[in-house]
Amino acid sequence: MEQSTREAYGKTLVELGRQNPNIVVLDADLSKSTQTGLFSKELPERFFNCGIAEQNMIGIAAGLAASGKTVFASTFAVFAPGRCFDQIRMSVAQPKLNVKIVTTHSGITVGEDGTSHHAIEDLSLICSLPSFTVIVPADAIEAAQAIEVAAQTQGPFYVRLSRPKTLVINTPDYKFTVGKATTLKEGKDITIIAIGIMVAFALEAARSLARDGIDCRVLNMSTVKPLDSDAITKAAVETGAIVTAEEHLRRGGLGSAVAQIVAENHPVPMSFVALNDVYAKSGKAEELLQRHKLTAADIETTARSLLTRKRR
Amino acid sequence: MTTLEVTVPLAGRGAKRKQAYSKASAEISAEAISSPRGKSALNPSAPLEEMELKAKELRRHIVMMTGKAGSGHPGGSLSAVEIVAALFFKILRHDPKNPKWTDRDRFILSKGHAAPLLYAVLAERGYFPVDELSTLRKLNSRLQGHADMTSTPGVEMSSGSLGQGLSFGIGVALAARLDKKDYRVYVLLGDGECDEGQIWEAAMAAAHFKLDNIVAIVDHNDLQLDGPNCDIMNLEPLPEKFKAFGWHVTEVDGHNLSQLLTAFEKAKEIKGRPTAIIAHTIKGKGVSFMEGNVDFHGKAPTTAEIEQAIGELK
Repeated sequence: MEQSTREAYGKTLVELGRQNPNIVVLDADLSKSTQTGLFSKELPERFFNCGIAEQNMIGIAAGLAASGKTVFASTFAVFAPGRCFDQIRMSVAQPKLNVKIVTTHSGITVGEDGTSHHAIEDLSLICSLPSFTVIVPADAIEAAQAIEVAAQTQGPFYVRLSRPKTLVINTPDYKFTVGKATTLKEGKDITIIAIGIMVAFALEAARSLARDGIDCRVLNMSTVKPLDSDAITKAAVETGAIVTAEEHLRRGGLGSAVAQIVAENHPVPMSFVALNDVYAKSGKAEELLQRHKLTAADIETTARSLLTRKRR
Repeated sequence: MTTLEVTVPLAGRGAKRKQAYSKASAEISAEAISSPRGKSALNPSAPLEEMELKAKELRRHIVMMTGKAGSGHPGGSLSAVEIVAALFFKILRHDPKNPKWTDRDRFILSKGHAAPLLYAVLAERGYFPVDELSTLRKLNSRLQGHADMTSTPGVEMSSGSLGQGLSFGIGVALAARLDKKDYRVYVLLGDGECDEGQIWEAAMAAAHFKLDNIVAIVDHNDLQLDGPNCDIMNLEPLPEKFKAFGWHVTEVDGHNLSQLLTAFEKAKEIKGRPTAIIAHTIKGKGVSFMEGNVDFHGKAPTTAEIEQAIGELK
């Protein structure tokens, strides 16, 4: 089954809004795309379209939150935190206000819209802010749960969602917990730690490696901040090599954060499947993933190459 | 309608600019303040003369605090003294013993560098001891260099990065509407701060949402850090800008308490749109060598200067 994480967001938000009169939703003229439009139709009195003014939207979100509201503010991942970083820093992060910034159209799978719409720095920016919890769901099931948890938990959240329909990898009985990685496949030779759409690719790569007798562990690190330090250290100790995979720049995203923990707790060889310090151009999502080496095959190749560096 | 003439020194140049404007708010005198129309929020026990003394007290606090701290922003604190005094001694519905009271009126200091002024008035109203003012900007103090809602009782928003307060205020005003509460939101902006595009995003939004429970006050002291507004980034015509964005606009002499009080009272009667009060002020007001002197935007007075300033503020 395939479903986009943003679709899951839109539906979940309406359900939560019906249950909780304290939820207020803001958007910056992208509600049809981010799917907050569903909320605006069902609960119009608690939806405010802020127009194409992301800085103002974040300030309004902060003011509502300071007055006791649980606020969801949405736009594309390229515009928040990028377009309104200082507003998020001073009006949300510093006072730890109850604002949930949920962005869609992250990474390069936005595709044809090109560089201006490819969000590849957002994790780096948002993870730099003290007090933010940062979640990148791997599929629609996890996205729905992450939104629910964000609504129930005090404090600033950033949830990064995607545009395209993607494979649903979790079963309905899956239970998302903030700060806990999910082991999707056990393994002892190497670990792939992935987020977002790359999780499904990591599983595919692991299956392919298994055919050659390589026993690969796969972790879904959906909470990028705070990271599940225990699961990472355990992977380093038990498998001795770690590949990270993310639809984001190499610097400042998942890979950098995992490497810090590995370096501190149990140094092992690592490799990073990520965008390599470049901007992508227009193209179909699949074409761009191939161009920038962000496919299951690329994860597999990277893992094989890393295994040759692994100390035995 | 009376036409007021206000002489405002054009800062940094020693020149004098004569300003003439004729506004409904400008014609009001002290007598209007005690009229039945004004009774809603005005505390009859605090006559204007008493408030003027309080204003002087606030000025002495600002000079002492920044002097003692060795840094800070006296100029833009002194210019907004009457604005803040009018609000905290007369207009605001608040309870210093219960700073988080949900029905309180909110005062949001968007120009966060005027924190010494806000701390002075909060201390005078009993949010914390006046003695604490001497800890401004020191390690472990609740009084941070710029306003910080996580540190200081009575501070509604963390500010200091300019341009963000009006947006925050809109959020607070929308929450009042959703919760069917009648509290009002007052946001103090600097004139230099209005260079920030976010102010105009917010100006557009406040009018779009028809928020008549929010009042923006611009401390129009004509000066910003690098020099006069007109040289750094021309703001004029500022009242017309707010009008064009759909606001009700009033201009007052920002050092005239009765004009300010009247403007705040009149704003309560304006329905369906927000009110902007352009308060013409003098940067460094009340201290001869700071008045209109751009150097005191972000510089503390020396020991000798403190002595002279306090002498002038007796």
